[in-house]
Amino acid sequence: MVLNMGPQHPSTHGVLRVILELEGEIVVKAEPVIGYLHTGIEKTCERLTYSQAITLTDRIDYLAPLSNNLGYCLAVEKLLGIEAPKRAQYIRVMLTELTRISSHLVWVGTHAIDLGAMSVFLYTFREREEIQKIFEFISGQRMMTSYFRVGGLALEPPPGYLDQVRRFIDTFPARLDEYEDLLTQNRIWLGRTKGVGFLSATDAIAMGASGPLLRASGVAFDNRKAFPYSSYDEFDFSVPTQTAGDCFARYQVRVAEMRESLKIVRQALEKIPAEGPFKATAPGIIAPSREEMKTSIEGLIYHFKIYTEGFAPPAGEVYQAIESPRGELGVFVASDGSNRPYRVKFRAPSFINLQTLPKLCEGRLIADVVACIGTTDIVLGEVDR
Amino acid sequence: MHIVEPQEETKNPVVRKLREWDAQAVAEVLEFRGETTVVVHREHLRRAAEYLAAEPSLRFSFLSDITTVDRYPIEPRFEVNYHLLSLDRRERLRLKLRVAGNDPTVPSVTSTWPTANWHERENFDLFGIRFEGHPDLRRILMPDDWEGHPLRKDYPVEGYR
Repeated sequence: MVLNMGPQHPSTHGVLRVILELEGEIVVKAEPVIGYLHTGIEKTCERLTYSQAITLTDRIDYLAPLSNNLGYCLAVEKLLGIEAPKRAQYIRVMLTELTRISSHLVWVGTHAIDLGAMSVFLYTFREREEIQKIFEFISGQRMMTSYFRVGGLALEPPPGYLDQVRRFIDTFPARLDEYEDLLTQNRIWLGRTKGVGFLSATDAIAMGASGPLLRASGVAFDNRKAFPYSSYDEFDFSVPTQTAGDCFARYQVRVAEMRESLKIVRQALEKIPAEGPFKATAPGIIAPSREEMKTSIEGLIYHFKIYTEGFAPPAGEVYQAIESPRGELGVFVASDGSNRPYRVKFRAPSFINLQTLPKLCEGRLIADVVACIGTTDIVLGEVDR
Repeated sequence: MHIVEPQEETKNPVVRKLREWDAQAVAEVLEFRGETTVVVHREHLRRAAEYLAAEPSLRFSFLSDITTVDRYPIEPRFEVNYHLLSLDRRERLRLKLRVAGNDPTVPSVTSTWPTANWHERENFDLFGIRFEGHPDLRRILMPDDWEGHPLRKDYPVEGYR
């Protein structure tokens, strides 16, 4: 029998369609069909200036907008050959790690709902809301932050922002223990996830899986360690791995990652200097400070030129990879020397990870398909772009 | 972008290895912002891919991404970029292929890296690059009955079609 699952199925986390060929209750063949959320973001980027395109990156992976901002900004900075000041780099690290926690919280909650544990969702969304409030406090926006800009941050963070973060990380570890109390030893949870959706290390590498999917199969690869960006080499954290390669291992990896992220945020809180520039100094590329714009004629000219026609990086191509909550987010930017990117490509981790779905669920029961979709942690906005 | 002269090339061990393996395969080497791009000829792509993935001292076992840049109206029009990654050696390499607009066919690398399956479908869908030897070359993001390839530079971005 052929069963059509989605694109409006609640457990597909968006608009994913899976064509299932069944033999009784056993899945013989699973074929993901995507593209329902294709909005042509890469094409639109070609029509915008480098800075304008940042707002589009928020909307790719809408559960981790700051990670996308970071990947894109780092790519353009690489193209320009500039670097954000240390203070901005530490704030970037702190915020992207909070993003990772918030994204994993949504994942734990919705995955638990898919498998019948309703209450976890209500708790994880309570904590996610706290993180969203921090984002709103700092950037003015809950989700579509666009807070990272080429060369640094959009604006000076408001006074007291570090206290907000501190308050969150003081309460969060106990909350995390609560979720683990609800799930880690839960017999139904174990029954639904243990041994389900197995992916071997060889298959994971061959299929290009990255992030928690790869690490739960025993491959300790993390871009933050392998190719440190934004001063990640100054932070002390470990890369959690598991060897079982099943849904439960991926759950364990993600929970452990939240604890590691907390460690990084705590270190960042100590590192972030109270004062200092929040964006790089690069005349003609980075807009001057408000003070300079008001008092010097060069400042005013640069301000006007940067906000009307943008800046033009040298012709060339760069590929910048970061570790987003879902895996390797790669941003490829090709410049032809004009003020608009000639081509932008987002190597979306969800898109590639989704490719492993048939491997995960073929030969298993139809009920496991839901567990397998949940465990790949896809965001359809990112799959289709 | 800096074109690396043949006498400088030996500094990069990966390029040196490739040269030693087959001097004909490497058409050009580019360096930009610390990233190395090796331009290969179409007929050598599949062999070079197998060599890079299997050679014990290189181990580019992970294919991060395949993406195309359309240089319309310059010919050869398309540039297909392969972003390779060696997980344990922590090194990246970009392979580049230049393809003419009147015959955009490229050998498929799905036999070396199975992950290329969806990447190649995406490039076929959005750029119209045909991958020879691909097991299932269909559109992936656009509807099956869509006409044209949206990411091509001569594809209209405004108005009714």
